Amino acid sequence: MITFEGVSKTYPDGTVALDDVSLECRTGEITVFVGTSGGGKTTALRTINRMVEPTGGRVLIDGADVRDSRPAELRRGIGYVIQHAGLFPHRTIEDNIATVPYLLRWNKKKARDTARELMERVGLDASMAKRYPFQLSGGQQQRVGVARALAADPPVMLMDEPFSAVDPVVRAELQDEFLRLQAELHKTIVFVTHDIDEAIKLGDRVAVFKTGGKLVQFDTPENVLARPADDFVAEFIGYDRGIRRLWFIPASEAPLSDRGVLPADTPADRIRADDDGWTLAVDGSRRPLGWAAPGAVPSGGTLADAPLKPVGPTFTVARDSIRAALNAAILSPSGRAVGVDDDGRLVGVADQHDLSAAITRAGADAEPAPAVDAKPASDDVEPAPKGGAAG
Amino acid sequence: MDLDWGWIGEHTDSLTEHSLTHLKLALLPVLFGLIISLPLGVACRRWGWLYPPVLTAANALYAIPSLALFMIFIQYTGLEPSTVMIPLTLYTLSVLVPNVVDGLASVSEPVRQAATAMGFGTLRRLLRVELPIAVPIVIAGVRVAAVSSISLVAIGQLIGQGGLGYDIIRGYQLRFQTQIVAASVLIILLALVTDAILVLIQRLLTPWTRARKRSGGSSRRRHPITGAAPPHAVDAGVSSIAGGGG
Repeated sequence: MITFEGVSKTYPDGTVALDDVSLECRTGEITVFVGTSGGGKTTALRTINRMVEPTGGRVLIDGADVRDSRPAELRRGIGYVIQHAGLFPHRTIEDNIATVPYLLRWNKKKARDTARELMERVGLDASMAKRYPFQLSGGQQQRVGVARALAADPPVMLMDEPFSAVDPVVRAELQDEFLRLQAELHKTIVFVTHDIDEAIKLGDRVAVFKTGGKLVQFDTPENVLARPADDFVAEFIGYDRGIRRLWFIPASEAPLSDRGVLPADTPADRIRADDDGWTLAVDGSRRPLGWAAPGAVPSGGTLADAPLKPVGPTFTVARDSIRAALNAAILSPSGRAVGVDDDGRLVGVADQHDLSAAITRAGADAEPAPAVDAKPASDDVEPAPKGGAAG
Repeated sequence: MDLDWGWIGEHTDSLTEHSLTHLKLALLPVLFGLIISLPLGVACRRWGWLYPPVLTAANALYAIPSLALFMIFIQYTGLEPSTVMIPLTLYTLSVLVPNVVDGLASVSEPVRQAATAMGFGTLRRLLRVELPIAVPIVIAGVRVAAVSSISLVAIGQLIGQGGLGYDIIRGYQLRFQTQIVAASVLIILLALVTDAILVLIQRLLTPWTRARKRSGGSSRRRHPITGAAPPHAVDAGVSSIAGGGG
């Protein structure tokens, strides 16, 4: 656990970078520091490995004041990843990764074996071991950066906007792999970003900083979205925070039915015209094949004889959020979202009304009684419940 | 111009001996200059205020005619090799100090930060990260200093310490062109061979710049025009070679 106790940093010219920050980063969790530039989030991160010395308060790792360790030794026990990877241009990829093991005087073979292992772990081909950083793409360099931070297996990792400098597709990929890696490794991670989406996606808990180095809110991503502490946070997380909250409602909350679902070999005269007339054809093992438009099945033929429109995006009931379900409904030709299991077999379909009813229910569960909350209730109005009540 | 090839054949021994003396007189000052420039450059990089006065002093030294410096040092060191080598050493500083400073400056901020964050102390970071990355630019400076030093040594013959300069002045006194031409050609050859060896040393020391060139595909060695290329150490090194040589 990393503990900030009233940590302040004022520079000699009077600039306040951190203003009396207290928080706890729990062991094995990802704590995200998010905020506008100049908010002190990077400064806060660097007080942990003493790259910045606070002018007030103290930082503890597992109860020990970081000032009790010599900076160089402290840092060898803390992984560090930065925006542009900061790889050593004059060292090969494997030697870059083995940097801290070399500093810790491991023997060379053990250090290199560890480096190779980590390359595989972060998704780098072993053939890159002898290459130099310049020969790698930005995304690959960032993977090396992560591997290098992990090399000596430090319990704590500091990550300063590690995925900001790569394009959105690579970033999403790196984020997913990072989460997968963390699920295996359970490091105590402090992650700095200016991107609220990244913070919500990665953070177990999110600390929102604002200009002047003030910590304005420290909570789970769900709660930050549901109850921003003040106008700054509300504005920072954006006007569509209602939509963002849908990430946290599991798709399994949606009521699924078999409405308009028929096997592909159903003859035309057995097809009952449903309210909107769209029919989802499924094969013998309930894999969705496509949507038949109203009246598209030729008389005397079967459902399979109709020109089927592609199913489009589906959602995995057990794993996806209701946001993915809603997205699938909006993009579906029939307006109904197709929910499948991990093997791609149909679980059931739901239309936008079904989904919004589920959102309303989930919203009501998540929302505490306004009387307990200090914030005025008017600040918490969500668009979803109203729409749901009307429908 | 008629060359007396027979004379050259008969004097290979003395020409070889003069060439070796010439190299010693020219290159030891470069080595001494490098030994002085490294700590001086590191200090200038660390304490920025130090750099302008140091650079001005080095340039001022470079502006003093070599003959004047010989006359100053001759009072203390006499008609000895050191009277030639001390001024040459001082001359190299105006090239080497800025190249050490530029070389260290070519280490990008993320690299420096990453090194610190991983637990390199100041000295270890300097020796293991910053100086190795500065090598291409430092060697670029050494190449300029070495070639100019090889050319300058000849004038040391005015105080009897000039290596191949002896043959040039002797040839002039005897109105014997062959000796002048032979010595001049040898000086050029020494410069070219020395430069080639330095390039080789750089390649051995910095395989990562070659690796980069290969991956960079069509990027040419001398192409310092727009700065459009990413600001990596090697580019800075190339521009420094071109700038220093010009």
